[in-house]
Amino acid sequence: MAHEHDHDHDHSELTETQLRVRALETVLTEKGYVDPAALDLLIETYEKKVGPRNGAQVVAKAWADPAYRVRLFKDATPAIAELGYAGRHGEHIVALENTPKRHNMVVCTLCSCYPWPVLGLPPVWYKSAPYRARAVSDPRGVLKDFGVTLPQDTEIRVWDSTSEIRYLVVPMRPDGTQGWSEDKLAELVTRDSMIGTGLPKSPKDLAK
Amino acid sequence: MNGAHDMGGMHGFGPVRPEPDEPVFHAEWEKRALALTLAMAMPGGWNIDASRFARENRDPAEYLAMSYYQIWFAGLETLLKERDLVTDDEIVVGHGLHPPKPVKRTLSPDDVLKVLHRGRPTERDTNTKAAFKAGDKVRAKNINPVTHTRLPRYVRGHVGVIERVIGCHVFPDSNATGAGENPQWLYTVRFGGRELWGLDGDPTSAVSVDAWEPYLEPAR
Repeated sequence: MAHEHDHDHDHSELTETQLRVRALETVLTEKGYVDPAALDLLIETYEKKVGPRNGAQVVAKAWADPAYRVRLFKDATPAIAELGYAGRHGEHIVALENTPKRHNMVVCTLCSCYPWPVLGLPPVWYKSAPYRARAVSDPRGVLKDFGVTLPQDTEIRVWDSTSEIRYLVVPMRPDGTQGWSEDKLAELVTRDSMIGTGLPKSPKDLAK
Repeated sequence: MNGAHDMGGMHGFGPVRPEPDEPVFHAEWEKRALALTLAMAMPGGWNIDASRFARENRDPAEYLAMSYYQIWFAGLETLLKERDLVTDDEIVVGHGLHPPKPVKRTLSPDDVLKVLHRGRPTERDTNTKAAFKAGDKVRAKNINPVTHTRLPRYVRGHVGVIERVIGCHVFPDSNATGAGENPQWLYTVRFGGRELWGLDGDPTSAVSVDAWEPYLEPAR
């Protein structure tokens, strides 16, 4: 592995972990509990196929198609399944509507619960202590860490994912996007805007 | 358990540090640790609540020093050893030394996408009636079990409002210990920023948790 080169002069915990993971995979394979081909497919799925582009399609459709928007906020799981996204860590999804009066932000203070079928695997910061600790007690401060400042009269509504319900934020549609196709709208939808720690791109950002 | 994993409201960790253009994985071993964890749930036979407890049930200093995939991997080792699927001597030498324990099923490559797509829904049918309805005031009980729970410390003892009756779902506190699914009504409960954090709280913010009925009592 190419990146091992960076570490081979220190006995970092990372190297220890690397060896330990490799050892366990060998044991589990030799004992017939896991098939390495299944492991490869799991990795390929979450590295290459399932990611925030899925969620962006859902949001873009909610922006462009009023009937879909109604279905999504009424019962998000089947509405999202219409686009083919379903399953592990997205068995029960709720869509949260951002408005000028209310901004939604999602966290899992107890572990790393995150809507995999629509956003993929969570970024490191989402699983990190700073985010899990402060999202519930200082959400405006956390938003500032992301460079986001919202009007003082906007309510910040934080959703702590303590059950198997997974939350997807539907940000507000940016101005100046009338008549845009769903595919073009989807380019404006960032991962962080669907967690609630960011805002969608503007048409100007896209032109850059 | 009141472990280091229950972080809501803690101070001192510094700012959130988003990483621009973050890759899905930061090292090859992270990929394998994730895949092993997902693939072993089937032959291992544990549920998500047992695996969460295996991750959080460790010395707080150790928990806080580990990366998230290290925590996942340590949890996996615990689950495997608890069930004698793997032993310490095997991990040390990196080879199977003892005959495998019979397992019901393993995850074949052909089943991967099907299994992921199906997921593991936690909603269950029930004959019981929900004790609370939207708009009811409730207090999160002051419970401190040493076993797994999903009621974070920062809401315990505080009064909130039922925002939504979600449905009847597997109860993690029972499921994690092997006491069965014991499905219970689940609610979204909303707490005001000042209720949770006093004068240090932001009056323009509110936080909700999803709380099972056994976590809640009526409040006025």
